[in-house]
Amino acid sequence: MKALFIHNLYKTYRNGVQALVDVSLAVEEGDFFALLGPNGAGKSTLIGIVCSLVNKTSGSVEVFGHSIDTELETAKAFIGVVPQETNFNQFESAFNIVVNQAGFYGMPRRQAMKQAQRYLEIMELWDKRDQISRSLSGGMKRRLMIARAMVHDPRLLILDEPTAGVDIEIRRSMWKFIRRINDEGTTIILTTHYLEEAESLCKKVAIIDRGRIVENTSVKELLATLDIETFVLDLRTPLDTLPELDGYEVTRVDATTLEAVLPKSRSLNGLFGALAASGIEVLSMRNKSNRLENVFLRLVDRS
Amino acid sequence: MSVRAENVNVLSLSVSRRNWNAFVTIVRREISRILRIWGQTVVPPAITMSLYFAIFGKLIGSRIGQMGGFSYMDFIVPGLIMMSVITSSYSNVVSSFFGAKFGKHVEEMLVSPMPNYVILAGYVSGGMARGLMVGGVVSLVALAFTDVRVHSMPVTLSVVLLTSVVFSLLGMINAIFARKFDDIAIIPTFILTPLTYLGGVFYSIQLLPEFWQKASLLNPILYMVNAFRYGILGVSDINVVYAYAMILVFGVILTVVCLYLLRAGIGLRS
Repeated sequence: MKALFIHNLYKTYRNGVQALVDVSLAVEEGDFFALLGPNGAGKSTLIGIVCSLVNKTSGSVEVFGHSIDTELETAKAFIGVVPQETNFNQFESAFNIVVNQAGFYGMPRRQAMKQAQRYLEIMELWDKRDQISRSLSGGMKRRLMIARAMVHDPRLLILDEPTAGVDIEIRRSMWKFIRRINDEGTTIILTTHYLEEAESLCKKVAIIDRGRIVENTSVKELLATLDIETFVLDLRTPLDTLPELDGYEVTRVDATTLEAVLPKSRSLNGLFGALAASGIEVLSMRNKSNRLENVFLRLVDRS
Repeated sequence: MSVRAENVNVLSLSVSRRNWNAFVTIVRREISRILRIWGQTVVPPAITMSLYFAIFGKLIGSRIGQMGGFSYMDFIVPGLIMMSVITSSYSNVVSSFFGAKFGKHVEEMLVSPMPNYVILAGYVSGGMARGLMVGGVVSLVALAFTDVRVHSMPVTLSVVLLTSVVFSLLGMINAIFARKFDDIAIIPTFILTPLTYLGGVFYSIQLLPEFWQKASLLNPILYMVNAFRYGILGVSDINVVYAYAMILVFGVILTVVCLYLLRAGIGLRS
Protein backbone atom coordinates (compact mmCIF):
# COMPACT_ATOMS: atom_id res chain seq x y z
CA MET A 1 0.00 0.00 0.00
CA LYS A 2 1.31 3.42 -0.91
CA ALA A 3 0.97 5.97 1.86
CA LEU A 4 1.59 8.76 -0.62
CA PHE A 5 1.53 8.65 -4.39
CA ILE A 6 2.31 11.78 -6.37
CA HIS A 7 2.16 11.78 -10.16
CA ASN A 8 3.22 14.51 -12.60
CA LEU A 9 2.70 17.26 -10.07
CA TYR A 10 3.18 20.85 -11.19
CA LYS A 11 2.86 24.06 -9.24
CA THR A 12 3.25 27.50 -10.76
CA TYR A 13 2.56 30.45 -8.47
CA ARG A 14 0.65 33.50 -9.68
CA ASN A 15 3.91 35.44 -9.95
CA GLY A 16 5.09 32.90 -12.51
CA VAL A 17 7.51 31.02 -10.24
CA GLN A 18 7.55 27.32 -11.09
CA ALA A 19 7.82 25.70 -7.68
CA LEU A 20 7.27 22.10 -8.81
CA VAL A 21 7.94 20.62 -12.23
CA ASP A 22 6.67 17.15 -13.09
CA VAL A 23 7.19 15.71 -9.61
CA SER A 24 6.40 12.02 -9.22
CA LEU A 25 6.99 10.24 -5.95
CA ALA A 26 5.80 7.15 -4.10
CA VAL A 27 6.12 6.58 -0.35
CA GLU A 28 5.29 3.07 0.82
CA GLU A 29 3.33 2.51 4.03
CA GLY A 30 5.75 2.22 6.95
CA ASP A 31 8.58 4.08 5.18
CA PHE A 32 10.76 6.62 6.92
CA PHE A 33 11.21 8.98 4.02
CA ALA A 34 13.51 11.99 3.79
CA LEU A 35 12.66 14.83 1.45
CA LEU A 36 15.79 16.90 1.06
CA GLY A 37 16.62 19.99 -0.91
CA PRO A 38 18.16 23.43 -0.60
CA ASN A 39 16.08 26.41 0.53
CA GLY A 40 13.43 27.30 -2.03
CA ALA A 41 13.70 23.91 -3.77
CA GLY A 42 9.97 23.19 -3.44
CA LYS A 43 9.82 20.96 -0.34
CA SER A 44 7.31 23.07 1.57
CA THR A 45 5.21 23.61 -1.57
CA LEU A 46 5.06 19.84 -2.06
CA ILE A 47 4.04 19.28 1.57
CA GLY A 48 1.57 22.18 1.33
CA ILE A 49 -0.17 20.54 -1.64
CA VAL A 50 -0.41 17.18 0.15
CA CYS A 51 -1.94 18.90 3.21
CA SER A 52 -4.16 21.14 1.04
CA LEU A 53 -2.53 24.38 2.16
CA VAL A 54 -1.36 25.04 -1.40
CA ASN A 55 -3.42 24.60 -4.57
CA LYS A 56 -1.70 22.46 -7.20
CA THR A 57 -1.56 23.58 -10.82
CA SER A 58 -1.87 20.05 -12.23
CA GLY A 59 -1.06 16.43 -11.45
CA SER A 60 -2.45 13.98 -8.93
CA VAL A 61 -1.89 13.20 -5.27
CA GLU A 62 -3.23 10.17 -3.42
CA VAL A 63 -3.00 9.46 0.29
CA PHE A 64 -3.50 5.78 1.11
CA GLY A 65 -5.29 5.43 -2.23
CA HIS A 66 -7.60 8.43 -1.69
CA SER A 67 -7.26 11.23 -4.22
CA ILE A 68 -7.13 14.79 -2.90
CA ASP A 69 -9.27 15.77 -5.90
CA THR A 70 -12.19 13.45 -5.25
CA GLU A 71 -11.85 12.32 -1.61
CA LEU A 72 -10.08 15.26 0.01
CA GLU A 73 -11.64 14.89 3.47
CA THR A 74 -10.82 11.17 3.71
CA ALA A 75 -7.28 11.74 2.42
CA LYS A 76 -6.69 14.48 5.01
CA ALA A 77 -7.92 12.27 7.87
CA PHE A 78 -4.84 10.05 7.38
CA ILE A 79 -2.34 12.90 7.68
CA GLY A 80 -0.73 14.67 10.62
CA VAL A 81 1.53 17.58 9.84
CA VAL A 82 4.20 19.42 11.81
CA PRO A 83 4.91 22.64 9.92
CA GLN A 84 8.16 24.52 9.72
CA GLU A 85 6.86 27.61 11.53
CA THR A 86 4.63 27.74 14.58
CA ASN A 87 1.02 28.06 13.47
CA PHE A 88 -1.05 27.75 16.62
CA ASN A 89 -3.02 30.41 18.43
CA GLN A 90 -0.49 32.19 20.63
CA PHE A 91 -3.20 33.04 23.17
CA GLU A 92 -4.58 29.53 23.64
CA SER A 93 -3.33 27.09 26.26
CA ALA A 94 -1.28 24.10 25.11
CA PHE A 95 -4.09 21.75 26.17
CA ASN A 96 -6.80 23.62 24.26
CA ILE A 97 -4.67 23.74 21.12
CA VAL A 98 -4.33 19.95 21.05
CA VAL A 99 -7.94 19.26 22.10
CA ASN A 100 -9.28 21.64 19.43
CA GLN A 101 -7.16 20.01 16.74
CA ALA A 102 -8.63 16.62 17.66
CA GLY A 103 -12.07 18.23 17.42
CA PHE A 104 -11.33 19.59 13.94
CA TYR A 105 -10.56 16.00 12.92
CA GLY A 106 -14.01 15.04 14.18
CA MET A 107 -13.06 13.39 17.46
CA PRO A 108 -15.63 13.52 20.30
CA ARG A 109 -14.52 15.92 23.03
CA ARG A 110 -14.04 13.33 25.78
CA GLN A 111 -11.78 11.24 23.57
CA ALA A 112 -10.03 14.39 22.34
CA MET A 113 -9.16 15.33 25.92
CA LYS A 114 -7.78 11.85 26.61
CA GLN A 115 -5.70 11.91 23.46
CA ALA A 116 -4.42 15.42 24.24
CA GLN A 117 -3.32 14.26 27.70
CA ARG A 118 -1.67 11.18 26.19
CA TYR A 119 0.45 13.12 23.69
CA LEU A 120 1.21 16.05 25.98
CA GLU A 121 2.54 13.53 28.50
CA ILE A 122 4.62 11.75 25.86
CA MET A 123 6.00 15.12 24.75
CA GLU A 124 6.69 16.01 28.41
CA LEU A 125 4.38 19.03 28.21
CA TRP A 126 1.60 17.88 30.54
CA ASP A 127 2.76 20.16 33.35
CA LYS A 128 2.63 23.08 30.88
CA ARG A 129 -0.87 22.25 29.67
CA ASP A 130 -2.52 25.40 31.04
CA GLN A 131 0.27 27.69 29.97
CA ILE A 132 -0.47 30.12 27.12
CA SER A 133 1.42 28.79 24.11
CA ARG A 134 3.14 32.12 23.50
CA SER A 135 5.07 31.70 26.75
CA LEU A 136 6.48 28.27 25.86
CA SER A 137 10.14 27.92 24.86
CA GLY A 138 11.10 27.19 21.23
CA GLY A 139 11.67 23.49 21.94
CA MET A 140 8.35 23.21 23.78
CA LYS A 141 6.53 24.82 20.86
CA ARG A 142 8.05 22.23 18.50
CA ARG A 143 6.95 19.41 20.79
CA LEU A 144 3.50 20.95 21.10
CA MET A 145 3.18 20.89 17.31
CA ILE A 146 4.15 17.20 17.30
CA ALA A 147 1.55 16.45 20.00
CA ARG A 148 -1.05 18.35 17.96
CA ALA A 149 -0.14 16.49 14.75
CA MET A 150 -0.33 13.12 16.51
CA VAL A 151 -3.57 13.69 18.43
CA HIS A 152 -5.74 11.81 15.90
CA ASP A 153 -3.14 9.02 15.48
CA PRO A 154 -2.39 9.72 11.81
CA ARG A 155 -1.06 6.94 9.58
CA LEU A 156 1.14 9.43 7.74
CA LEU A 157 3.12 12.00 9.72
CA ILE A 158 4.76 14.80 7.77
CA LEU A 159 7.46 16.73 9.60
CA ASP A 160 8.76 19.89 7.94
CA GLU A 161 12.10 20.62 9.62
CA PRO A 162 10.86 19.61 13.07
CA THR A 163 14.21 19.97 14.80
CA ALA A 164 15.24 23.34 13.37
CA GLY A 165 16.55 25.52 16.17
CA VAL A 166 16.11 23.03 19.02
CA ASP A 167 18.94 21.92 21.27
CA ILE A 168 20.62 18.57 20.83
CA GLU A 169 18.95 16.95 23.86
CA ILE A 170 15.44 17.75 22.62
CA ARG A 171 16.45 16.82 19.08
CA ARG A 172 17.55 13.39 20.24
CA SER A 173 14.36 12.85 22.24
CA MET A 174 12.35 13.82 19.14
CA TRP A 175 14.35 11.36 17.01
CA LYS A 176 13.64 8.64 19.56
CA PHE A 177 9.92 9.37 19.50
CA ILE A 178 9.73 9.54 15.71
CA ARG A 179 11.68 6.27 15.35
CA ARG A 180 9.32 4.65 17.84
CA ILE A 181 6.12 5.64 16.03
CA ASN A 182 7.69 4.58 12.72
CA ASP A 183 8.49 1.18 14.26
CA GLU A 184 4.83 0.98 15.28
CA GLY A 185 3.73 1.50 11.67
CA THR A 186 3.33 5.24 11.15
CA THR A 187 4.74 6.36 7.81
CA ILE A 188 7.05 9.34 8.23
CA ILE A 189 8.03 11.99 5.73
CA LEU A 190 10.76 14.27 7.03
CA THR A 191 12.33 17.36 5.57
CA THR A 192 15.44 18.56 7.28
CA HIS A 193 18.57 20.58 6.78
CA TYR A 194 20.48 18.34 9.16
CA LEU A 195 21.70 15.68 6.79
CA GLU A 196 23.12 13.53 9.57
CA GLU A 197 19.55 13.45 10.89
CA ALA A 198 18.25 12.14 7.56
CA GLU A 199 21.14 9.66 7.30
CA SER A 200 20.61 8.20 10.75
CA LEU A 201 16.78 8.15 10.69
CA CYS A 202 15.54 7.60 7.15
CA LYS A 203 15.43 4.53 4.96
CA LYS A 204 14.38 6.27 1.73
CA VAL A 205 15.32 9.64 0.37
CA ALA A 206 14.26 11.99 -2.39
CA ILE A 207 16.29 15.05 -3.28
CA ILE A 208 14.47 17.96 -4.82
CA ASP A 209 16.14 20.91 -6.46
CA ARG A 210 14.51 23.83 -8.30
CA GLY A 211 11.19 22.02 -8.23
CA ARG A 212 12.43 18.76 -9.76
CA ILE A 213 13.20 15.43 -8.13
CA VAL A 214 16.88 14.80 -8.87
CA GLU A 215 17.21 11.58 -6.88
CA ASN A 216 14.76 9.13 -5.34
CA THR A 217 16.21 5.98 -3.82
CA SER A 218 17.13 4.30 -0.53
CA VAL A 219 19.65 6.03 1.74
CA LYS A 220 21.88 2.96 1.49
CA GLU A 221 21.95 2.98 -2.29
CA LEU A 222 22.52 6.70 -2.37
CA LEU A 223 25.50 6.43 -0.04
CA ALA A 224 26.88 3.61 -2.17
CA THR A 225 27.31 6.12 -5.00
CA LEU A 226 29.98 7.93 -3.01
CA ASP A 227 33.28 7.01 -4.66
CA ILE A 228 35.62 8.66 -2.16
CA GLU A 229 35.45 9.41 1.55
CA THR A 230 37.60 11.71 3.62
CA PHE A 231 38.52 10.65 7.17
CA VAL A 232 40.07 12.68 9.95
CA LEU A 233 42.52 10.71 12.12
CA ASP A 234 43.57 11.84 15.62
CA LEU A 235 47.03 10.57 16.59
CA ARG A 236 48.36 9.50 19.97
CA THR A 237 51.79 11.12 19.54
CA PRO A 238 52.72 14.27 17.59
CA LEU A 239 54.16 13.75 14.13
CA ASP A 240 56.75 16.15 12.64
CA THR A 241 56.87 14.81 9.11
CA LEU A 242 54.54 12.48 7.27
CA PRO A 243 56.16 9.33 5.85
CA GLU A 244 55.15 7.75 2.50
CA LEU A 245 52.07 5.56 3.21
CA ASP A 246 51.90 2.92 0.47
CA GLY A 247 50.20 5.18 -2.06
CA TYR A 248 47.45 6.38 0.29
CA GLU A 249 46.50 10.06 -0.08
CA VAL A 250 47.15 11.32 3.45
CA THR A 251 47.91 14.91 4.47
CA ARG A 252 49.09 16.33 7.79
CA VAL A 253 46.65 18.89 9.20
CA ASP A 254 48.64 19.53 12.38
CA ALA A 255 51.01 17.58 14.63
CA THR A 256 48.31 15.21 15.91
CA THR A 257 45.78 15.25 13.04
CA LEU A 258 45.86 13.61 9.61
CA GLU A 259 43.36 13.65 6.79
CA ALA A 260 43.04 10.57 4.57
CA VAL A 261 41.15 10.53 1.25
CA LEU A 262 40.11 6.96 0.52
CA PRO A 263 38.64 5.76 -2.78
CA LYS A 264 35.98 3.04 -2.55
CA SER A 265 38.46 0.64 -4.24
CA ARG A 266 40.81 0.70 -1.24
CA SER A 267 40.06 -0.62 2.23
CA LEU A 268 40.53 0.99 5.63
CA ASN A 269 42.48 -2.10 6.74
CA GLY A 270 45.20 -1.31 4.23
CA LEU A 271 45.44 2.28 5.43
CA PHE A 272 45.70 1.21 9.06
CA GLY A 273 48.33 -1.36 8.09
CA ALA A 274 50.41 1.34 6.40
CA LEU A 275 50.03 3.65 9.39
CA ALA A 276 50.99 0.90 11.83
CA ALA A 277 54.03 -0.01 9.70
CA SER A 278 55.18 3.62 9.99
CA GLY A 279 54.72 3.55 13.77
CA ILE A 280 51.76 5.92 13.70
CA GLU A 281 49.14 5.11 16.35
CA VAL A 282 45.58 6.33 15.66
CA LEU A 283 43.45 7.29 18.69
CA SER A 284 40.18 8.00 16.91
CA MET A 285 38.72 8.48 13.46
CA ARG A 286 35.69 10.28 11.98
CA ASN A 287 34.25 11.25 8.61
CA LYS A 288 35.37 14.75 7.67
CA SER A 289 31.83 15.64 6.54
CA ASN A 290 28.52 13.84 6.60
CA ARG A 291 28.37 11.24 3.85
CA LEU A 292 24.85 12.12 2.80
CA GLU A 293 25.91 15.75 2.69
CA ASN A 294 28.58 14.88 0.11
CA VAL A 295 26.05 13.12 -2.14
CA PHE A 296 23.50 15.87 -1.61
CA LEU A 297 25.92 18.63 -2.62
CA ARG A 298 27.07 16.65 -5.63
CA LEU A 299 23.48 16.10 -6.84
CA VAL A 300 22.35 19.65 -6.19
CA ASP A 301 25.46 21.11 -7.86
CA ARG A 302 24.95 18.85 -10.88
CA SER A 303 21.28 19.79 -11.29
CA MET B 1 3.55 0.77 25.86
CA SER B 2 2.52 1.63 22.32
CA VAL B 3 2.46 5.34 21.42
CA ARG B 4 -0.74 4.99 19.44
CA ALA B 5 -3.97 4.34 21.32
CA GLU B 6 -5.73 1.21 20.12
CA ASN B 7 -9.20 2.67 19.76
CA VAL B 8 -8.58 5.95 17.95
CA ASN B 9 -9.64 6.09 14.34
CA VAL B 10 -11.64 9.14 13.39
CA LEU B 11 -12.58 7.49 10.08
CA SER B 12 -14.61 4.90 12.01
CA LEU B 13 -17.08 7.68 12.87
CA SER B 14 -19.74 8.63 10.34
CA VAL B 15 -19.05 11.76 8.29
CA SER B 16 -21.99 13.59 9.85
CA ARG B 17 -20.77 12.74 13.37
CA ARG B 18 -17.23 13.91 12.54
CA ASN B 19 -18.54 17.13 11.04
CA TRP B 20 -20.80 17.76 14.02
CA ASN B 21 -17.87 17.29 16.43
CA ALA B 22 -15.77 19.69 14.34
CA PHE B 23 -18.59 22.25 14.23
CA VAL B 24 -19.07 22.08 18.01
CA THR B 25 -15.31 22.55 18.47
CA ILE B 26 -15.32 25.80 16.49
CA VAL B 27 -18.45 27.14 18.21
CA ARG B 28 -17.09 26.27 21.66
CA ARG B 29 -13.79 27.97 20.84
CA GLU B 30 -15.58 31.08 19.49
CA ILE B 31 -17.84 31.42 22.52
CA SER B 32 -14.95 30.94 24.90
CA ARG B 33 -13.06 33.66 22.98
CA ILE B 34 -16.04 36.06 23.27
CA LEU B 35 -16.29 35.43 27.02
CA ARG B 36 -12.51 35.57 27.57
CA ILE B 37 -12.32 39.07 26.07
CA TRP B 38 -15.74 40.24 27.30
CA GLY B 39 -14.31 43.68 28.00
CA GLN B 40 -13.82 44.10 24.25
CA THR B 41 -16.81 42.15 22.99
CA VAL B 42 -19.80 42.80 25.24
CA VAL B 43 -19.11 45.88 27.35
CA PRO B 44 -18.34 48.53 24.66
CA PRO B 45 -21.69 48.17 22.81
CA ALA B 46 -23.53 48.35 26.15
CA ILE B 47 -21.78 51.63 27.00
CA THR B 48 -22.24 53.11 23.51
CA MET B 49 -25.92 52.22 23.43
CA SER B 50 -26.46 53.62 26.94
CA LEU B 51 -25.15 56.94 25.62
CA TYR B 52 -27.42 56.75 22.56
CA PHE B 53 -30.44 56.03 24.79
CA ALA B 54 -29.55 58.84 27.20
CA ILE B 55 -28.65 61.52 24.64
CA PHE B 56 -30.81 60.73 21.60
CA GLY B 57 -33.63 58.95 23.37
CA LYS B 58 -34.07 60.98 26.56
CA LEU B 59 -32.43 64.35 26.04
CA ILE B 60 -33.08 65.12 22.37
CA GLY B 61 -35.93 62.61 21.95
CA SER B 62 -38.13 64.41 24.50
CA ARG B 63 -38.08 67.51 22.22
CA ILE B 64 -38.66 65.57 19.00
CA GLY B 65 -41.99 64.20 20.13
CA GLN B 66 -43.63 61.25 18.41
CA MET B 67 -42.27 59.19 15.50
CA GLY B 68 -44.30 56.48 13.78
CA GLY B 69 -46.89 56.81 16.52
CA PHE B 70 -44.40 56.14 19.36
CA SER B 71 -42.20 58.24 21.62
CA TYR B 72 -38.80 58.83 20.03
CA MET B 73 -37.15 56.70 22.72
CA ASP B 74 -39.46 53.76 21.95
CA PHE B 75 -38.91 54.26 18.23
CA ILE B 76 -35.11 54.08 18.35
CA VAL B 77 -34.84 51.13 20.78
CA PRO B 78 -35.36 48.40 18.11
CA GLY B 79 -32.98 50.16 15.71
CA LEU B 80 -30.25 50.51 18.30
CA ILE B 81 -30.57 46.89 19.41
CA MET B 82 -30.35 45.84 15.77
CA MET B 83 -27.38 48.14 15.19
CA SER B 84 -25.48 46.46 18.02
CA VAL B 85 -26.39 42.99 16.71
CA ILE B 86 -25.17 43.90 13.22
CA THR B 87 -21.83 45.37 14.29
CA SER B 88 -21.17 42.63 16.86
CA SER B 89 -21.88 39.73 14.49
CA TYR B 90 -19.80 41.30 11.76
CA SER B 91 -16.84 42.23 13.92
CA ASN B 92 -16.77 38.86 15.70
CA VAL B 93 -16.31 36.89 12.50
CA VAL B 94 -14.03 39.36 10.77
CA SER B 95 -11.69 39.70 13.75
CA SER B 96 -11.68 36.03 14.72
CA PHE B 97 -11.19 34.62 11.22
CA PHE B 98 -8.69 37.28 10.15
CA GLY B 99 -6.85 36.75 13.45
CA ALA B 100 -6.65 33.04 12.60
CA LYS B 101 -5.32 33.89 9.15
CA PHE B 102 -2.83 36.42 10.49
CA GLY B 103 -1.61 34.07 13.23
CA LYS B 104 -1.61 31.20 10.69
CA HIS B 105 -3.67 28.96 12.99
CA VAL B 106 -6.35 28.89 10.28
CA GLU B 107 -4.06 26.14 8.93
CA GLU B 108 -5.17 23.94 11.83
CA MET B 109 -8.61 23.87 10.21
CA LEU B 110 -7.43 23.78 6.61
CA VAL B 111 -5.32 20.64 7.11
CA SER B 112 -8.13 18.86 8.94
CA PRO B 113 -10.79 16.78 7.16
CA MET B 114 -13.47 19.31 8.11
CA PRO B 115 -15.40 20.49 4.99
CA ASN B 116 -15.57 24.21 4.20
CA TYR B 117 -19.26 24.44 5.05
CA VAL B 118 -18.50 23.29 8.60
CA ILE B 119 -15.84 25.99 9.00
CA LEU B 120 -18.32 28.56 7.69
CA ALA B 121 -21.16 27.31 9.89
CA GLY B 122 -18.88 27.35 12.96
CA TYR B 123 -17.76 30.94 12.46
CA VAL B 124 -21.26 32.15 11.55
CA SER B 125 -22.59 30.51 14.72
CA GLY B 126 -19.88 32.30 16.68
CA GLY B 127 -20.99 35.60 15.11
CA MET B 128 -24.62 34.80 15.95
CA ALA B 129 -23.67 33.97 19.55
CA ARG B 130 -21.98 37.34 19.99
CA GLY B 131 -24.82 39.15 18.19
CA LEU B 132 -27.37 37.53 20.53
CA MET B 133 -25.29 38.17 23.64
CA VAL B 134 -24.81 41.84 22.79
CA GLY B 135 -28.42 42.21 21.62
CA GLY B 136 -29.55 40.77 24.95
CA VAL B 137 -27.32 43.09 26.98
CA VAL B 138 -28.42 46.16 24.98
CA SER B 139 -32.07 45.13 25.46
CA LEU B 140 -31.45 45.03 29.22
CA VAL B 141 -29.86 48.48 29.04
CA ALA B 142 -32.91 49.73 27.08
CA LEU B 143 -35.15 48.51 29.93
CA ALA B 144 -33.46 51.05 32.18
CA PHE B 145 -34.73 53.85 29.93
CA THR B 146 -38.15 52.67 28.76
CA ASP B 147 -40.61 49.79 28.85
CA VAL B 148 -39.78 47.39 26.05
CA ARG B 149 -42.86 45.39 25.06
CA VAL B 150 -42.53 42.78 22.35
CA HIS B 151 -45.27 42.79 19.72
CA SER B 152 -44.25 39.44 18.18
CA MET B 153 -41.55 37.26 19.76
CA PRO B 154 -41.21 34.90 16.75
CA VAL B 155 -40.63 37.85 14.37
CA THR B 156 -38.24 39.54 16.81
CA LEU B 157 -36.11 36.45 17.36
CA SER B 158 -36.12 35.25 13.76
CA VAL B 159 -35.10 38.67 12.43
CA VAL B 160 -32.26 38.93 14.96
CA LEU B 161 -31.00 35.46 14.06
CA LEU B 162 -31.23 35.97 10.31
CA THR B 163 -29.62 39.40 10.49
CA SER B 164 -26.72 38.10 12.54
CA VAL B 165 -26.26 35.30 9.98
CA VAL B 166 -26.14 37.82 7.11
CA PHE B 167 -23.60 40.05 8.84
CA SER B 168 -21.50 37.13 10.04
CA LEU B 169 -21.27 36.01 6.40
CA LEU B 170 -20.26 39.51 5.35
CA GLY B 171 -17.63 39.53 8.10
CA MET B 172 -16.30 36.23 6.74
CA ILE B 173 -15.95 37.67 3.23
CA ASN B 174 -14.14 40.70 4.61
CA ALA B 175 -11.79 38.44 6.62
CA ILE B 176 -11.06 36.24 3.60
CA PHE B 177 -9.99 39.20 1.48
CA ALA B 178 -8.23 41.15 4.27
CA ARG B 179 -4.44 41.13 4.16
CA LYS B 180 -3.71 43.46 7.05
CA PHE B 181 -5.54 44.71 10.12
CA ASP B 182 -6.44 47.99 8.35
CA ASP B 183 -8.48 45.98 5.84
CA ILE B 184 -10.86 44.73 8.51
CA ALA B 185 -11.70 48.29 9.55
CA ILE B 186 -12.41 49.68 6.07
CA ILE B 187 -15.79 47.99 5.46
CA PRO B 188 -17.23 48.76 8.94
CA THR B 189 -16.07 52.38 8.77
CA PHE B 190 -16.93 53.29 5.21
CA ILE B 191 -19.85 50.99 4.39
CA LEU B 192 -21.43 49.37 7.43
CA THR B 193 -21.70 52.41 9.70
CA PRO B 194 -23.14 54.77 7.01
CA LEU B 195 -25.64 52.10 5.88
CA THR B 196 -26.70 51.48 9.48
CA TYR B 197 -27.21 55.18 10.22
CA LEU B 198 -29.13 55.56 6.95
CA GLY B 199 -31.06 52.33 7.56
CA GLY B 200 -33.89 53.87 9.52
CA VAL B 201 -32.41 53.39 13.00
CA PHE B 202 -33.07 56.99 14.02
CA TYR B 203 -35.90 58.00 11.70
CA SER B 204 -38.81 56.72 9.65
CA ILE B 205 -38.12 56.91 5.91
CA GLN B 206 -41.57 58.54 5.59
CA LEU B 207 -39.79 61.73 6.70
CA LEU B 208 -37.56 61.69 3.61
CA PRO B 209 -38.31 63.24 0.21
CA GLU B 210 -39.64 60.67 -2.28
CA PHE B 211 -36.34 60.23 -4.12
CA TRP B 212 -34.44 59.43 -0.90
CA GLN B 213 -37.26 57.13 0.22
CA LYS B 214 -36.68 55.09 -2.96
CA ALA B 215 -32.92 55.31 -2.60
CA SER B 216 -33.22 53.99 0.97
CA LEU B 217 -34.87 50.84 -0.36
CA LEU B 218 -31.48 49.86 -1.81
CA ASN B 219 -30.07 49.70 1.72
CA PRO B 220 -30.36 46.11 3.03
CA ILE B 221 -30.13 47.27 6.65
CA LEU B 222 -33.40 49.18 6.23
CA TYR B 223 -35.26 45.86 5.82
CA MET B 224 -33.66 44.32 8.89
CA VAL B 225 -34.24 47.33 11.14
CA ASN B 226 -37.86 47.66 10.02
CA ALA B 227 -38.64 43.96 10.33
CA PHE B 228 -37.17 44.02 13.84
CA ARG B 229 -39.10 47.19 14.68
CA TYR B 230 -42.23 45.38 13.57
CA GLY B 231 -41.37 42.53 15.94
CA ILE B 232 -41.02 44.94 18.88
CA LEU B 233 -43.49 47.75 18.14
CA GLY B 234 -45.75 46.28 15.45
CA VAL B 235 -44.96 49.07 12.95
CA SER B 236 -42.67 49.09 9.91
CA ASP B 237 -41.90 51.28 6.90
CA ILE B 238 -41.54 48.10 4.83
CA ASN B 239 -43.85 45.13 4.27
CA VAL B 240 -42.50 42.52 6.72
CA VAL B 241 -42.88 39.61 4.28
CA TYR B 242 -40.87 41.59 1.73
CA ALA B 243 -38.25 42.32 4.42
CA TYR B 244 -37.94 38.60 5.26
CA ALA B 245 -37.55 37.75 1.58
CA MET B 246 -34.78 40.32 1.18
CA ILE B 247 -32.91 39.06 4.27
CA LEU B 248 -33.16 35.45 3.06
CA VAL B 249 -31.99 36.35 -0.45
CA PHE B 250 -28.99 38.18 1.00
CA GLY B 251 -28.27 35.22 3.26
CA VAL B 252 -28.34 32.68 0.42
CA ILE B 253 -26.20 34.82 -1.92
CA LEU B 254 -23.60 35.50 0.76
CA THR B 255 -23.46 31.82 1.76
CA VAL B 256 -22.78 30.81 -1.84
CA VAL B 257 -20.08 33.50 -2.16
CA CYS B 258 -18.40 32.41 1.10
CA LEU B 259 -18.38 28.74 0.09
CA TYR B 260 -16.95 29.62 -3.31
CA LEU B 261 -14.18 31.71 -1.74
CA LEU B 262 -13.31 28.98 0.78
CA ARG B 263 -13.28 26.32 -1.93
CA ALA B 264 -11.08 28.41 -4.20
CA GLY B 265 -8.83 29.11 -1.23
CA ILE B 266 -8.73 32.83 -1.97
CA GLY B 267 -6.68 34.54 0.70
CA LEU B 268 -6.11 31.18 2.38
CA ARG B 269 -4.21 28.89 0.01
CA SER B 270 -1.41 30.00 -2.27
